[in-house]
Amino acid sequence: MAEDRSAPYRALLGSRIRSQLSYRASFAADLLANVGIGAGEFVTLYVVFSRANTLGGLDVWQACLVFALANVTFAVGDLLLGHVDNLPTHVRTGTLDAFLLRPLPVLTQLATSDVSLKRIGRVLVAAAVFAVAWPHTGVELDARAALLLLVAVVGGTGVFTAVFVVAGALQFWLLDGKEAVNSITYGGSNAAQYPASLYSAPLRWLFCYVVPAAFVAYLPVLALLGEPGPAGLPAWLGWFSPVAAAAVWGIALLLWRRGVRHYTGSGS
Amino acid sequence: MPVYPALVAAGFRRWSTYRAATAAGALTNSIFGAIKAAVLVGTVGSAGAVAGYDLQQAATYAWISQALLAPVSVFADDEAARRVRTGDIAVDLARPVDPQLAAWATDLGRAAYLFLPRGIPPLLLGVVLTGLSLPPGPVPYLLGACCAVLGVSVSFAARWLVNLTAFWLTEIRGLLLLYTVLASSLTGLAIPVAWFPGWLETLAHATPFPSMLQAPIDVFLGRATGSEALRLIGVQLGWLAGLLLAGRVLLGAGSRRLVVQGG
Repeated sequence: MAEDRSAPYRALLGSRIRSQLSYRASFAADLLANVGIGAGEFVTLYVVFSRANTLGGLDVWQACLVFALANVTFAVGDLLLGHVDNLPTHVRTGTLDAFLLRPLPVLTQLATSDVSLKRIGRVLVAAAVFAVAWPHTGVELDARAALLLLVAVVGGTGVFTAVFVVAGALQFWLLDGKEAVNSITYGGSNAAQYPASLYSAPLRWLFCYVVPAAFVAYLPVLALLGEPGPAGLPAWLGWFSPVAAAAVWGIALLLWRRGVRHYTGSGS
Repeated sequence: MPVYPALVAAGFRRWSTYRAATAAGALTNSIFGAIKAAVLVGTVGSAGAVAGYDLQQAATYAWISQALLAPVSVFADDEAARRVRTGDIAVDLARPVDPQLAAWATDLGRAAYLFLPRGIPPLLLGVVLTGLSLPPGPVPYLLGACCAVLGVSVSFAARWLVNLTAFWLTEIRGLLLLYTVLASSLTGLAIPVAWFPGWLETLAHATPFPSMLQAPIDVFLGRATGSEALRLIGVQLGWLAGLLLAGRVLLGAGSRRLVVQGG
């Protein structure tokens, strides 16, 4: 029964993925460009550590782990649901009305309307940074570390996918506001790449409790390292990224439902 | 009104109509500014002064770079490439104004408008969160304004050049993304070029990118004064002349290839 219900989504996703792989040269170029984006983000960290030995209390390898976790989870989240904030395009072109007519939830249809495999480029860069940095941190890959990493990747991806749904839902009201939601999507990703101990109190509050970017990478890395964490950010919070993700997902789904009800159609 | 000033005014008015999008952009620029200021200040805090930047200057760098990001348009646009692809470029070529100068004038109008709503909010947030370290006296501001106009112009000339490759490569999305990735690092948007390790700094200075953003920021910060500021302006003028000339050659070659379908 359950398998029956997922059949249409599997068919949709399969067709999206095949369509992206059919233009091989174009796909390769997109993949390469995404490797470039990941590498470009890494330049900042590289330059900082060519000047300073520590940033926000972390050394270069520890900071690399934060960078890698933030990038893997953001890129996977972007791959899965990053296109949801294209909602204004669907409203303008009328495709949203078509989604509303079908007997499937709009969000699931929108989620399966595109999966940008090219984002794997950024995942690859982050995975490489992680693989190189890990042995230098002196953390043993035991069961606890493996479990913590798993929790961090699942929780972090959950946080970013939820943030993308919030960003998408907000566009039901802000039809011209794609750039405003960039401050929580790309801004959240940018904030997650650095130790939250750097941020001043208002910014730390914003990226811990409003957009839980600190839960994605910084706190799990502190927990991995067995560090206590700065004032107000105990490292054991690093185990709770799935809880943070669940909270944002709850808000995301509520906002999404209200958004769909609020929507009146463009009439075209 | 003479035609090019009229185009500057038209560029200004055109952008002033996207009010909500502009406000949204200002919010995003400000949040990124706050993150960037934290990273730059954190680096100076850990290393002591970096390449002559103290804490206050590092923070100011973050806010000014965010204020100039939209006017300078560090990220590539595809406006001219779209006109090439759709054939609208043929209309531009038929008009009694020079297409390159017309596009430059419109871009200056765009930049002049965007500085107000997207430049001022990050600077104000900077005053509130970290304070700004700004030079005394009017001269750095006058020179800085010159440098900023030239920075916008160098950026325009480079983006126009990249866009015109659409005459040969119909799909330039990858090229524009590559441009944006390079520009985001080498203009000094993320981190001052002077902080780069030697090899990367040399590489950056071999490109026009530092002339777009780093040069005006150095002048506004009062790091480049007197003859050093004039030298930066000279470098900007050199890149501007070279890029405009290359754009002119490319437009000539492209328009000879252009086949417009009637209809």
